[in-house]
Amino acid sequence: MSAEAGLAHWLNRRTGEWKELAQAAQRLQRGRSHRTEDALHAVEGYRSIGRDLSIARRVMPGSRLTLGLEALYARLHALIYRAPHNKAATLRALFRDQIPHAVRELHRYILWVTMLFALATGAGWWLIHTYPELIGLVASDEMIVNVEEGRLWTEGMLNIAPSSVVSVRILTNNIVVSITALCIGVFFGLGTFYIIALNGFMLGCLFAFTHQHGLAGELLKFVVAHGLVELSVICLAGAAGMALGASLAIPTHATRRESFQHATAEAGKLMILCALLLIGCGFIEGYVSPDPGFSMASRVVIGVGYWFIMLTALNGQLFRRLNA
Amino acid sequence: MSQDQLIINSVTGVDVEFKIAGPGSRSYAFVIDWHIRLVLALAWFIVVLLAVAGGLSFEGLDDAGGGKIALIFLPPTLIYFLYQPIAELITRGRSPGKRIAGVRIVSREGDIPSIGALLIRNLFRLVDSLPALYVIGLVCTMVTKQNVRIGDLAAGTLLVIDHDRDGKSLAKMETLSRNPALDPKTADLIDELLERWNTLSKHKRRELALSVLTHTAQLTPEQLRALKDAQLRARLQQTLTGASS
Repeated sequence: MSAEAGLAHWLNRRTGEWKELAQAAQRLQRGRSHRTEDALHAVEGYRSIGRDLSIARRVMPGSRLTLGLEALYARLHALIYRAPHNKAATLRALFRDQIPHAVRELHRYILWVTMLFALATGAGWWLIHTYPELIGLVASDEMIVNVEEGRLWTEGMLNIAPSSVVSVRILTNNIVVSITALCIGVFFGLGTFYIIALNGFMLGCLFAFTHQHGLAGELLKFVVAHGLVELSVICLAGAAGMALGASLAIPTHATRRESFQHATAEAGKLMILCALLLIGCGFIEGYVSPDPGFSMASRVVIGVGYWFIMLTALNGQLFRRLNA
Repeated sequence: MSQDQLIINSVTGVDVEFKIAGPGSRSYAFVIDWHIRLVLALAWFIVVLLAVAGGLSFEGLDDAGGGKIALIFLPPTLIYFLYQPIAELITRGRSPGKRIAGVRIVSREGDIPSIGALLIRNLFRLVDSLPALYVIGLVCTMVTKQNVRIGDLAAGTLLVIDHDRDGKSLAKMETLSRNPALDPKTADLIDELLERWNTLSKHKRRELALSVLTHTAQLTPEQLRALKDAQLRARLQQTLTGASS
């Protein structure tokens, strides 16, 4: 038998199985639950396609047969090696083990970013306390006039838009700020540094300004229910961003890419919890904070209570208890 | 290993090879997806605005409640900003734009990326899109070894070439063995030439057909040159199937 005839015979013999496997791969790729026979067929097929591909690469390099087998082989590889579909177990592992692990890994950064935020807040307070005329740097004219007339800019928030709209707008804004604080860390942590410092600085300035006009208590009353968790989450996102920057500046793995990828994976897990916490903050800020019907005591209970829930979620206790 | 290839060692001993997509394929996929989300968002906006305001003017919205205004503006905003992550999550890395451009996202191990990786990849669009028009992302794909943007570096993903036609070409393998007297390599060549016949210029396809038929058809070069375009095509088909003329 000539080489050509041998090749044609081989093609004749194998074509049927390739087509069958291509269809099986498509079924497995689309479906969610598979029969054991299908999975075993794919594993068997993966081996035989490997052998066929090896021949095709040698005798027909660059041909459509080789390209077709390459595509099928890669598809089967992806199917066989993909992670199992068990969303409930994945979520359980994420909240019970992986997020607490990420928090432990980031604890140094959390500490540093919290200190940076506190220092920036202190600096903002000092600046406006010493040079009150500089408030124009961080507050709009309308805000300044309101405060000078003895009103907080948050008063009548619910007259402009309903609580639901206010909540969605606030939580979206907070999530965007947190994601920005994380992502901008890619510039060796400098972007995150500025965002955290700027947020702390503005907070300090506004408290100092409202204090000068006897409204600091009112501002605290507005902020306390949602602010404890909201500011903590901003610091957590900042810590995650700093960790990204550090992973590039001082790699912990063989290459900067691996180090960055590892830091992002850990930070990403923490950001899922942060986003959920910010949704809660958004609703508190939309429904509780602007409502004068809530007393200071009830606001403190909500704020501190939510903060403790955040702590138990960060160390995994909350989800261990929920699953117990 | 070539820089434009991702090679994964497999337990079968035969490596899995992926061709890495360059900035051109990436941009093409992005532009298609961008148009899809823009059209979807605009379509929603216009249809709902027409229904609520009775025209394409905001004047009719004066009496509309907050709910109706949200219905006009919120969904298009969500469609525009969340289209990419949602499309990638649903299709596991093959959004419509990527499918059309013939690329897909894979992990560095060659498998389908996890939901977490796809989300991280999309989060970093925030940085890749800076300062405008994805300049950082585009520059990154040009200067990095495997043409990746920051989102891919963060998520551990790559964009690889994945044409549907490669997968579909297996269905045509029967044509390669239909004529036992024909070398499968030549059969593959003829089949591809016939498939692309209408997309090639007359001069080019004639030149290619003559070059193939010189080695396979039982005709002299003069006889071959005398054949017209349609006859050449018919002759190629006969050669492929082994049918007698």
